[in-house]
Amino acid sequence: MPADTPPTTGIAVEVHDVTVAYHRKPVLWDVDVSFPAGSLAAIVGPNGAGKSTLLKSILGLLPIASGRIEVFGKPLAQVRDLVAYVPQRESVDWEFPVSVFDVVLMGRFGRLGWFRRPSRADRDAADAALHSVGMTEFRDRQISQLSGGQQQRVFLARALAQDATLYLMDEPFAGVDAATEQSILEVLRTLQQQGRTVIAVHHDLQTVRSYFDFVAMLNLHLVAAGPIETAFSADNLKRTYGGRLTLLDEVTEAVRRGGTLPRSP
Amino acid sequence: MSELLRLITLQDSNTRMVLLGTGALGLAAGVIGALAVLRRRALVGDALAHAALPGVCVAFLVFRERSLPLFLLGALVFGVLGVLTMNAIRRFTRIKEDAAIAIVLGSFFGLGIALSGIIQRLPSGNRAGLDGFLFGKAAGMVQADVTLIAASSALALFGVVALYKEFKLVGFDRAFAGSLGWRVSLLDLILMCLLAIVTVVGLPAVGVVLMAALLIIPGVTARFWTDRLAPHLALAGFFGMLSGLIGSALSAVLPAPESSLSRGFPTGPLIVLVAGSLFVLSLLFAPRRGLIARWRTARRLQQHIDDEHLLRDLYELQEANTPATLASLTARRTWRKGSLQSALRRALANADVSDRSAIFTLTDSGLTRAVRVIRSHRLWELYLHEHAGVAPDHVDRDADLIEHFITPELLAKFEAQLALGDGDALRTGAALGVPLSLHPPGSSTSEARP
Repeated sequence: MPADTPPTTGIAVEVHDVTVAYHRKPVLWDVDVSFPAGSLAAIVGPNGAGKSTLLKSILGLLPIASGRIEVFGKPLAQVRDLVAYVPQRESVDWEFPVSVFDVVLMGRFGRLGWFRRPSRADRDAADAALHSVGMTEFRDRQISQLSGGQQQRVFLARALAQDATLYLMDEPFAGVDAATEQSILEVLRTLQQQGRTVIAVHHDLQTVRSYFDFVAMLNLHLVAAGPIETAFSADNLKRTYGGRLTLLDEVTEAVRRGGTLPRSP
Repeated sequence: MSELLRLITLQDSNTRMVLLGTGALGLAAGVIGALAVLRRRALVGDALAHAALPGVCVAFLVFRERSLPLFLLGALVFGVLGVLTMNAIRRFTRIKEDAAIAIVLGSFFGLGIALSGIIQRLPSGNRAGLDGFLFGKAAGMVQADVTLIAASSALALFGVVALYKEFKLVGFDRAFAGSLGWRVSLLDLILMCLLAIVTVVGLPAVGVVLMAALLIIPGVTARFWTDRLAPHLALAGFFGMLSGLIGSALSAVLPAPESSLSRGFPTGPLIVLVAGSLFVLSLLFAPRRGLIARWRTARRLQQHIDDEHLLRDLYELQEANTPATLASLTARRTWRKGSLQSALRRALANADVSDRSAIFTLTDSGLTRAVRVIRSHRLWELYLHEHAGVAPDHVDRDADLIEHFITPELLAKFEAQLALGDGDALRTGAALGVPLSLHPPGSSTSEARP
């Protein structure tokens, strides 16, 4: 069982020289990064930097043009039951005729395989997951009646029901209220304390340092990766966000001097 | 008339058979179509049906005999060919899906019409019965046809029952299904195959032109009645079956058009008309989601708001020692036409208000209710003013938009936050816990309501 002996040491995900292309245009270029097991890791970078693409490549949802990805030292196909996924909230149709509980129960479908129906134990696991994100009272609601924060909690509960060792999350904090943000963070920390690994695409640079302990900074290629203390530096941020942050600095500087921006030649 | 009696009592074995076939077909089409709609593949059925017509013609030209299994085989081959062409166009060009569907649907259908024109001029052409494939002719079905339709429908339904969990997840969240290691494209392919089977066996009864309607309408209709997948599919099947049964029964009793080559009214239009009627009935009368239910909810809410406004106005006029007449009430806010009068009627009937020679006064029960309303209004005003920094002359309007939704729990929170009871803000009505209005009485005409 994955939950009994989660590999807390070593490498959880190794991305080795991976290039991914859509219609022959590269969206990830020669990315080489290892996420340590047991870490709470953030993937940051500007829009279109390939953050979601990296996550989907690890999950095998996108074909890799070159390179290799290993999860716990093995090809994904051998360890798929150890991996849970929280897609972006906007990626699904929330008008679909299912209840909150139906969605959470989907977290058990992976271990069931085709044709088999969820058992009593699966339903209990789904209820427990729903409870741990504080959504029990919404169990029988239709999903279109949820707020953005509640939708995110439901997706998180579905991943918890998977009882995985590695959690891959695409912007779990996007568009949620402050209370939900805190309770999601609590869930992520609990997962880490249980020795599980969490890798999340994150967009809020303000909270990277306080929420995560490992960061991979991405802008088509990997700019930097490592423990927050060393990797999440102003210098690396500038290199990740490129011209825009540099320009911002220039503007700030110009405003401070009380002058105008230097004219381009 | 006697024919209708014969039909209803199912005396005619041929009618029994036709009804069995169209009923089974409607059931399967409803269920599979509902899944296709949820998977955003509804128009694939349309393209498939239209693309199948040249297949039927080619089958006749090759084998020179009217044989339903051969026709359906031809239809299946061309239908699938059409869908593959569509996918290829979408994949290898920048043409979007709707345009790709239109290209394939139109071209294949055009080819089919051209081929059937050639067949009609052949000596054996009339025997082909191709006109039935355009708009459906259930009356032409024989025992073997019905067996084929029933068996195919059963196969499709079995597929849905076996792969229910899989279709549910793939329909809702493809990426997640893929992350479980499921072969999403294989599941899509299976659904498309089931769709193709049901579509093709539906052609003799419903016809290529309207088959898509039988696939799409029952599923959309079912959505008005439920928001769970299993009941949704079951209802879609039920509506489809009902359409098939009633539609083909009608075609048996209606006189055939003069131009028609064979007996009976075309079945397809009647089946689809029944399905469309069920849709309109659901659209209007479904509880909660139906138009009438939604209109009534909106009206009840509006009345509730009007009632609270009236109570508040009466209280505030009383506060200012102004007699409440129809004129002074009308002047206080922009009432919709007749809404003040009907609010007054309700209040009088409820004995919240008494009418003494056209001057309206709150009764004891009315006063209690008015105090409750005005308390939440003014507490909310105070809260907006003190905590949200809204200017006093804007407070009334902002308060108006929200106050009707304030719950007792929220009210208690406002009171705690505003630390009421220290006297200053509460002169009039202090004993009842009503804080003073932030703006002079009678100045609340600035309120604008939609």
